[in-house]
Amino acid sequence: MKIIVVGCGKIGTALIESLIAEGHELVAVDRSPAVLENVTNIYDVMSACGNGTDWDLLTEINTEDADLFIAVTDSDELNMLSCFLAKRLGAKHTVARIRNPEHNDGSLDFLRNQLELSLVINPERLVARELYNMLKLPSAARVETFSGRGLEMIELKLKNESILDGVSLIELRKKYPYKFLIGMVQREDEVFIPDGNFRLKSGDKISVIATSAEIQKFLKSVGLLQKQVRSVMILGASDTAYYLTKMLLNSGNSVKVLDKNEERCRVFSQSLPGAIVLCGDGAQQELLLEEGLEETDAFVALTGMVEQNVLVSYFAASHKVPKVISKVNRDEFSPLAEQLGLESVVSPRKTVANILVRYARALENSLDSSVETLYKLVNGKAEALEFIVHEDAAVCHVPLKDLALKDNILIAGITRNRKSVIPSGADEILPGDKVLILAAGYRINNLSDILE
Amino acid sequence: MNRRMILNTVGKMLLAEGLFLLLPALTALIYGEAKGLIALLITVGIALLSGGMMCGLAKPKSAVIYAKEGFFIVSASWILLSLVGALPFTISGEIPNYIDAVFETVSGLTTTGASILTDVEAMSHGMLFWRSFTHWIGGMGVLVFVMAILPNVSERSIHILRAEAPGPVVGKLVPRLKDTARLLYVIYIALTALLTVLLLAGGMSPFDSLIHAFGTAGTGGFGVRADSIASYSPYLQWVITVFMLIFGVNFNLYYLILVRRFKTALKSSEFWAYVTIVLLATGGVAVSIWGQYGSAEETVRHAAFQVSSIVTTTGFATTDFNLWPQFAKGILLLLMFIGGCAGATAGGFKVSRIVILFKQIRRELQKMLHPRSVKTLRFEGHQLEEQTTRGVLSYLALYLICFLVIFLFVSADSFGDFETHFSSTASCFNNVGPGFAGVGPTANFASYSLLSKLVLSAGMLLGRLEIIPLLIFFSPSSWKK
Repeated sequence: MKIIVVGCGKIGTALIESLIAEGHELVAVDRSPAVLENVTNIYDVMSACGNGTDWDLLTEINTEDADLFIAVTDSDELNMLSCFLAKRLGAKHTVARIRNPEHNDGSLDFLRNQLELSLVINPERLVARELYNMLKLPSAARVETFSGRGLEMIELKLKNESILDGVSLIELRKKYPYKFLIGMVQREDEVFIPDGNFRLKSGDKISVIATSAEIQKFLKSVGLLQKQVRSVMILGASDTAYYLTKMLLNSGNSVKVLDKNEERCRVFSQSLPGAIVLCGDGAQQELLLEEGLEETDAFVALTGMVEQNVLVSYFAASHKVPKVISKVNRDEFSPLAEQLGLESVVSPRKTVANILVRYARALENSLDSSVETLYKLVNGKAEALEFIVHEDAAVCHVPLKDLALKDNILIAGITRNRKSVIPSGADEILPGDKVLILAAGYRINNLSDILE
Repeated sequence: MNRRMILNTVGKMLLAEGLFLLLPALTALIYGEAKGLIALLITVGIALLSGGMMCGLAKPKSAVIYAKEGFFIVSASWILLSLVGALPFTISGEIPNYIDAVFETVSGLTTTGASILTDVEAMSHGMLFWRSFTHWIGGMGVLVFVMAILPNVSERSIHILRAEAPGPVVGKLVPRLKDTARLLYVIYIALTALLTVLLLAGGMSPFDSLIHAFGTAGTGGFGVRADSIASYSPYLQWVITVFMLIFGVNFNLYYLILVRRFKTALKSSEFWAYVTIVLLATGGVAVSIWGQYGSAEETVRHAAFQVSSIVTTTGFATTDFNLWPQFAKGILLLLMFIGGCAGATAGGFKVSRIVILFKQIRRELQKMLHPRSVKTLRFEGHQLEEQTTRGVLSYLALYLICFLVIFLFVSADSFGDFETHFSSTASCFNNVGPGFAGVGPTANFASYSLLSKLVLSAGMLLGRLEIIPLLIFFSPSSWKK
């Protein structure tokens, strides 16, 4: 597909990176020649320098042939206008980043319809949603939800002396008779989909798939369940913090927000009077302790500076805050942060890239299925995908044990009539089902890709 | 530095050369030239074996390359390409001295067309074919070819394209580099095929048509006759004139025409500057040589042919322009330095750089009058980056220094006079071919000493790769860790 990306900031380059890896043809547009030079040096894309709302520029890069037009500059208005122009010029689908809270209320649907946008992305809100899910289940390093809301996938890190150390999956299943599945194991840099004889080891990261009730039971019985988060401290009164605070307040948590900037603090407390807003330097340990860092259930670092997020999170973790999450804007720092012992890291770049990769795959989807949800895991080495099965798909009406699956592919869940199950070998896939697939080392476009 | 990736890519390039060599081998087979066939097949073996070994042994751990690797890949490729490409000439015994053979091959690959052969007509068909085919390969660039046919060399191959393709700014036609490389070759092959058909239609023999098509397409200049194009019919001379000019135009223009964006194509200021230069020079030469030839048509034909041949740095000739008056020769010498458009197969300083230089000079003058004036330069519809203008200025300095150094070395030669040395340096460095006096269109480079031949070969490579890649490759500091 031909894809145009306007705006090559952090989000823009993350999109370019993952869409190039998907094999699409990309044109990058940005106002700064220096930024473009860097982008064309690293990725195989064509570049055009200028404003995304410039008609001359849009015609020069043949916007009329574009299958997908994505505007992710830092200005919502520019994004909307250039998507509108692109649509009028003949681009098939348009995606705009609209992140200002003012646009993200009732007016969003109106805007989307009037501008004929195919998709609106709000990285801040997406990240806030992800953070919220992580806070809801503090035991897990990450939580991924799927469209049916039936199944969840959580990532657990097995600490030293974990009671699961050395246990094989068959023994695990005998010992804990819940309906769950260990879908994926990451050991050092390798990822695999384990079979029954696989033995877990301390230090492994495992992905557990189950309905959320079963996950709670499982965590409880292996002694990993942490108590529910009730109070959260957030560093940085950013847009992400705004959305997160709103969600947390709505579910009855108490939230403290810290920011250095007085003006930002004022605006924040105006829009969310329920939160306690503190104006002060979050790097001051004294202030954090004074405000009860040690009593809080969770600490979330959301400033624009990765270094500060990581360091302050480290400080919070050393004060035994049960759940610490830091936002890491640069992908290359995530592994470093994890090495420092910070388990939970969110990256806005990845979150947005996941959404658009899924969207692009759904656009070029074939007849047998369409992608509903997609998560790239472990730096893109593995994927979790949810497909809607269409009529005539080759996988239908065959017991799963008789399907000739490729190696390192797992059918991890089937959702039928809003009921989600972890399938056994005798189950069959039927048209209309939502099927959850785990794949390590492949790119799955269609459901038929899982077959040999 | 990613050494494995460099070795691997250079290996792939050698494999490509091995495949290219099969074509002249086929020619030798058709004409039943056993000696030539054996020499060519031995070279095919050497190229495939060494290339295969380099690819096989150097499996890159990562395909990430930076600008430096790009320069290294291009320099190493072109040097190896020349050294291997010279083998058939020496093995077959048709050019017994290896240094001579290297000069001839470098001259071919860099699309110069300067020759050390005293009797072209005595060469076998297979060797003549290879000699001219190197023009065609070198014209568009052998690494561009490798990129076009191989599955993803590297995601960052743009560095290789930038190092190999001539001109101050190198851009892509379409988002994927591979598709860009393919498009360039498709346009190149189509134009070459069209030219071959037109030459055949004019009564040229199939072999000669191919040779001259290669020589014209690559803007090289190797032919099959001692008097170049002089003994062919006026029709053929006109066809070659037009096509030399066509191959001197930036290929981006043909792409724009292909996608029917005529307006953008016609707005190219480089193209119009090029046309103006050709018209003015033809007029000047025609006036200067008026009366030397029988008819007005003949005068204009010779003037236009020589001007096109020199400005596109091809180097074909229809007459001995060495006998022309000083004014006409002066114009031709000037044209050698100008060269064709960027992004074409032509050599020289490039019209686009000259256009940018003049714009820069005008801005400087304006700055003298209005010291506080702010003016951004525009070129081809886009704002010119300061970096590009600065690049052109430093390239000019580098270009002059290199020219003078080569000239100094060549002057030490016992053969020839000032005019010979100056024009041979200008001609080789700008990838033209013939010069004046001792190296005029009817003479050749055979009398130069081996040292001068090596220096001139280096000059041709410097001119083709636009100096910087080789300069970086040979400077010790870039080899340090």
